[in-house]
Amino acid sequence: MNLKDIKSQFPIFKSNKNLIYFDTANSAQKPIQVIDALEDFYKNHYANIGRAVYGLAARATADFESTRETIKEFVNGTEGEIIFTKNSTESLNLVAHCFGKLLKEGDEIILTEAEHHSNYVPWHFLRKKKVNIKFIPINEDGEVEVNKLTSLITNKTKIISVIHISNVTGLTTDLKKIISIAKAKKIPVCIDGTQAVAHSHVDLKDLDCDFYAFSSHKIYGPTGVGILYMKNKWIEQFEPFNGGGGMIQNVDTKNITYASGVSKFEAGSLASAEVIALKQAVKFVKDIKVKNIISHEQSLASYALEKISKFNDVEFVGRPSNKGSVFSFNIKGVHAHDASTVFDEDNIAVRAGHHCCQILHKKMKIGSSLRMSFGVYNNKQDIDAICESIKKCKKIFKLK
Amino acid sequence: MDLTELYQDLILDHGKKPRNFGKCNKFNHDAEGHNPLCGDNIHVYLSLDTDKKVKDISFEGSGCAISVASSSIMTEIVKGKTEKQARELLNAFFKMIKEGQEIKKAGLSEDEHIKFSSLAGVGRFPMRVKCATLSWHTLKAALDDEKKPINSEIID
Ligand SMILES: Cc1ncc(COP(=O)(O)O)c(C=O)c1O
Repeated sequence: MNLKDIKSQFPIFKSNKNLIYFDTANSAQKPIQVIDALEDFYKNHYANIGRAVYGLAARATADFESTRETIKEFVNGTEGEIIFTKNSTESLNLVAHCFGKLLKEGDEIILTEAEHHSNYVPWHFLRKKKVNIKFIPINEDGEVEVNKLTSLITNKTKIISVIHISNVTGLTTDLKKIISIAKAKKIPVCIDGTQAVAHSHVDLKDLDCDFYAFSSHKIYGPTGVGILYMKNKWIEQFEPFNGGGGMIQNVDTKNITYASGVSKFEAGSLASAEVIALKQAVKFVKDIKVKNIISHEQSLASYALEKISKFNDVEFVGRPSNKGSVFSFNIKGVHAHDASTVFDEDNIAVRAGHHCCQILHKKMKIGSSLRMSFGVYNNKQDIDAICESIKKCKKIFKLK
Repeated sequence: MDLTELYQDLILDHGKKPRNFGKCNKFNHDAEGHNPLCGDNIHVYLSLDTDKKVKDISFEGSGCAISVASSSIMTEIVKGKTEKQARELLNAFFKMIKEGQEIKKAGLSEDEHIKFSSLAGVGRFPMRVKCATLSWHTLKAALDDEKKPINSEIID
């Protein structure tokens, strides 16, 4: 599969001729199919979903549900276990909030030091209930030290929630091992898969985790949609997250019964146009094939690492030899924000900061870093361009 | 605008070798400032004497070249000024960065004026304005005896 012509399917690169976009880990650009699907729905088929029986509404509802089916197939999930939320952050908040209601003082949660704030802050809220949080450490390479998990588990450990692929180092957590350790002790596992979907193979039946969260906007889909895979056992056991229309079965002045299934967690009008257009994003990725995306992004990462490591003053965050679609670095003597301003002058979009991973940055003893992340539209010329920009940066900051 | 104008020698020098860095002796006012988005943080210490003159001023913290240079230059300029002059200067700084207003020379030596104006170019990089203003907001917080850390992301 040749990805060379893929870039032409992204209108952003026509409106911004010289744009070099290395911020897909933050949010992916949108292919024309997704943009067209949004427009088509609003122009030709718009109605709210699930509320009315007239034709337009029925069709909208069917299209919406067909995205659910597409997502289910894409990540090999199971029928009735895919919930739509606002974003990955909300998916994780939903799990932490609803699961938290089942917890009591002294119970323990295990996370990793590589977590994005969205898989830490929602759990932190539970400290109010005197729930304790433990962290699987990361080593100096940035790897999650899964061999330390067993010693953290006690009979009070109630859930393990971990990142699949780091949005800073690109390192992949050994989920199979974590899940098998957890299973032996009957501890549920929640996974933040935000950086994994559309960049690596995600097979939920094979993983057999309890929860798996990701965002539409990072997999070439529209903003405003998150996905939460949740095992039926929890769908039944959890109290609702939000209350309102769509999540009830029967309401009177004294009692309310809730809808069963995923509807229980989908209160209010949803981002229907975006969900419907998300189907086209998944179709786009499936047509290219995940395995081709992986080899494309890995070859770009190898090339970038080879070229960037030639600069003697570059320091990588973690061990970049485990290459994927993301890695981060710093130019010694130049703060990441200053470097990013220099890159921006050359129309190169690179994110500078702590990337919502302060624990990881503190552990690595750095305040911020420059993150490069790849998507289907990147190519080797993009990497040559950033190398020129790094040279320019060194010149401005008078580095040898 | 050329990047070398933003990152001129004076700014690079102060960014690399900040002056008045650390806790100054016998400070009687201090405040903290943060920019949670970029992770910059700064602590400004100052010692005001009985006739409201800035006897000493210093800062600690970490950040990009622009934020460190702006802090360093601020401490050099404010040292020895009265509280009233310090407040006028910080207002003039915000005007210069945000509205591109030239600062009047009044009250500043030639050298101080050059240092102060060296940061004017930041105004043309909207994403970097907060880097330059953080230390000045924190100075204001120190003068006001503001106990809560200030957040430049919200102010600017
Ligand atoms: C690993 C990881 N988890 C969670 C999130 C949160 O995603 P969203 O902002 O779409 O909710 C991100 C986004 O940067 C991420 O990289």
